[in-house]
Amino acid sequence: MTGFLSILRRELRIALRRKGDVLNVLVFFVVIASLFPLGVGPEPNQLRAMAAGVAWIAALLAALLSLPRLFAADYADGTLEQMLVSPQPLAAVVLAKILAHWLLTGLPLVLVAPLIGLQYGMPAGAFGVLLAALLVGTPVLSLIGAAGSALTLGVRGGGALLGLLVLPLLVPVLVFGAGAVSAAMSGLDPSAHISLLGAFLAVSSLIGPWAACAALRVALD
Amino acid sequence: MLETTALACERGGLRLFSDLGFAVAPGGLLRVRGANGSGKTTLLRTLAGLTRPSEGVVRWRGQPIADDYRKEMLFLGHAPAMKDELTVLENLEFSAQLAGLENPDCKNALERLGVARLADLPARFLSQGQRRRAALARLALSAGVLLWLLDEPFAALDAEGITQVSALCTAHLAGGGMLVLTSHQDVAIASAAPQEIELR
Repeated sequence: MTGFLSILRRELRIALRRKGDVLNVLVFFVVIASLFPLGVGPEPNQLRAMAAGVAWIAALLAALLSLPRLFAADYADGTLEQMLVSPQPLAAVVLAKILAHWLLTGLPLVLVAPLIGLQYGMPAGAFGVLLAALLVGTPVLSLIGAAGSALTLGVRGGGALLGLLVLPLLVPVLVFGAGAVSAAMSGLDPSAHISLLGAFLAVSSLIGPWAACAALRVALD
Repeated sequence: MLETTALACERGGLRLFSDLGFAVAPGGLLRVRGANGSGKTTLLRTLAGLTRPSEGVVRWRGQPIADDYRKEMLFLGHAPAMKDELTVLENLEFSAQLAGLENPDCKNALERLGVARLADLPARFLSQGQRRRAALARLALSAGVLLWLLDEPFAALDAEGITQVSALCTAHLAGGGMLVLTSHQDVAIASAAPQEIELR
């Protein structure tokens, strides 16, 4: 547990001293979401119908931008090696990295998402659902993404490979995340969609860290 | 306490060494020699449990190495494991926490490696040698860690640094510790039971 906390504290401290990395992801998220109206035209009804899907696609792309860095710096400077030979369980190390990643990329996206809702003229009732869906769904991006990031460690052009590897696995998050908001907007109960997102979160919190641990051991062999 | 039997390793299909057997007892020093690419680093990583040997086993206290082993072992590789954004002291404190050391006196450790005045400097301003010294300050904290595995500890150090590190190693061995190191330099380290292996 002390290992978990000290890794988490260290990650947050480093991020505080390199604010650019966190801001990049956020700005990217907002820019992607702002491009859609420019491309498809300013028809309000059409935009409103697209809002949830756009927010989720932008969140996926923004997460993908940050994921290659998840383990790469620690791999390059030998910290990862020290983590593996330390008495700390590797699962605790990986979970601390994943939690830090979510706090630094997922959570800010959730907080900025209302901006996109406003931009697309989303009805007030759907705001809460969008936030709830993002709150449950974005940790899945960090969990599954960590496995992808560990698998592509040290591979040239790993970023592109990471996308090919991780995006298909994240399709359910996109479907149910956007589905929850669409349901709320057409007056239906979104709780089934949110529950499915929750189930996906539960499964990925078992599989993601486990796969990441195995991949890290192979990468450092 | 540390033993290997019939150890063999290969990297990328190339056999580096095979049928390697040795034992290191408390107070024992094992120097690993060999040309570039002869497998010194691979051997140390195998002893640290990072690389899986293609044949043979590494034993600690008579058992194949497992999770408990990592509490009694310190491995320092080529990479200094320091983050540019953190200060020298923060880096050392983190590695001490990661190693599960209790009440580490990090300031004193930096002092003993002659880098105490750099303690509050972000690591990105350090020279290669200073970085190395700051990383080796882990040794001054790890007197209680039984086995040290050091990969080229003297690389990039000046004469004074080499003296400081070799003094730490000598004290560790005198206190009943064990040391396996790779080095191209002949640095004097006093040991009750010195051994040498040459990889080719």
